[in-house]
Amino acid sequence: MNIKSFILKNKRLAIGGSITAIMVILAVTGLFFTPYDPNAMDISAKLSGISPRHIMGCDNFGRDIFSRVLAGLSTTMVVAVGTVFIGIVFGTLIGAFTGYYGGYLDEIMMRFNDAVLAFPSLLLALVFISVMGSGKLNVTIALGILFIPSYARIMRGEFLKCRNLDYVMSARLMGASDMRIMFVHILPNTVRVMLSTIAIGFNNAVLAEAGMSYLGIGVQPPDASLGRMLSEAQSYLFVRPGYAVCTGMAIVLLILGFSMLSEGLEKNA
Amino acid sequence: MLDVIDLNIEFHDHITPETVVYDFDLHLEKGEIVGIVGESGSGKSMSALAIAGLLSRKHMKKRGQIIFDGVDLLTCSRGVLRKYQGNDICMVFQEPMTSLNPVKRIGWQVGESLRIHTSLTEEQIREKVIKTLADVELDDPEGIYDKYPHELSGGMRQRVMIAAAIICEPKILIADEPTTALDVTVQAQILKLLKRINKTRGTAILFISHDLGVVRSLCERVLVMYRGRIVESGSTGEVFEHPREEYTKRLISAIPKMEKLKDGQ
Repeated sequence: MNIKSFILKNKRLAIGGSITAIMVILAVTGLFFTPYDPNAMDISAKLSGISPRHIMGCDNFGRDIFSRVLAGLSTTMVVAVGTVFIGIVFGTLIGAFTGYYGGYLDEIMMRFNDAVLAFPSLLLALVFISVMGSGKLNVTIALGILFIPSYARIMRGEFLKCRNLDYVMSARLMGASDMRIMFVHILPNTVRVMLSTIAIGFNNAVLAEAGMSYLGIGVQPPDASLGRMLSEAQSYLFVRPGYAVCTGMAIVLLILGFSMLSEGLEKNA
Repeated sequence: MLDVIDLNIEFHDHITPETVVYDFDLHLEKGEIVGIVGESGSGKSMSALAIAGLLSRKHMKKRGQIIFDGVDLLTCSRGVLRKYQGNDICMVFQEPMTSLNPVKRIGWQVGESLRIHTSLTEEQIREKVIKTLADVELDDPEGIYDKYPHELSGGMRQRVMIAAAIICEPKILIADEPTTALDVTVQAQILKLLKRINKTRGTAILFISHDLGVVRSLCERVLVMYRGRIVESGSTGEVFEHPREEYTKRLISAIPKMEKLKDGQ
């Protein structure tokens, strides 16, 4: 199959993939290089509009918005990846043990899980942040812990489903240990579900981080964060609408691209 | 070599316990082929799973002894049991379509027992896997090594399953209706293969089937099970020629015969 017909057949995958690729490239660039120091203030350029020097203009402190969007993108990306990573690693571990062994362990863990899931997640994050203090790392940890129960439940379902399949029986019959069965035989079979969970989780993490920063309990100034910038831009919505639009578009594109990519992947899988 | 004495299996997952196997006795010598026949639900698969050590330890009560090499497999620890599983006792399941892990390559799956029970290097394992694949009469074993299960037909998968089972040179091979899901020509090939493995490697085979014709042609001794009990046992010829029990007689008379069909009866 040539590339053109592949793209035409999988428009979602192609469009989502390209948007995601661009966003990732921008975010990675933002980690190492931005046109201006995202935190350098230039009062003379305060709230200046789009110009060749500042392609997205400047904010209320005269900081270059494009540089800040780049830096904000990478912050968001790092937090989201960290969150999903914590969630999936611990979620898979808990899901594997509870799903594979079942019994009392399963009951206890899942009731605990239900209890955590019953809380509004943003409220729990708030409690966590007020105890641990805010900042990039703490936001990642707080969100990661919040994500564990839902991942654990999904992975538990997968392990439960595979536990009594014939190929697991034959692995047991070969004398494989429980650990080997769980992580060598069953785990690769859960990758499909795991990937779509990761994709949904990534979007949720981006939104949660942006939401928390918007409320002021996430990433703290002067660190650039898309949510934080959006809340600042709100005050200048009528003076300088470009500020809010540029920042908002970054979040929208990030999530749109990624959900299209994951949907396209799921359809093909 | 293998002695099963008074095996009873009871399910405890409902309010009233239910016994599915009563007083199962079996003696298996090296190099023997013993058949277990019976209708669906007669307890033949349950007994086999118990011997293979695959019954869950929860929700189930087992009484009796399964003695292999002087060790009681029913009461020994999971660690001890695992040393025998795959190494000395192996099993081939009924459904070749689901018995292979869909995301792992054939070669990897066949070599899994070796990886668990021996300390061979990957290189040596690969060599042995290819040899075993050739031994179960698969064409192009090198090519099959890198294939995934969905790329093989049912008969090929069953051969792969047999290869995976015999790669550690087990003393006992339990075949739980290995030919039921296959068509007749492939069935005959698999039976021939099992017979050859039994001859050349001296592997004892416990063959479970409800196909009396197959059992008659393959097995030296046969056990007839009905409702969880062994109703008759003896050498194949004796049981088939002179069945003593009413159930066995009925079972044997149910085999369709060519002459009858020709007469239009």
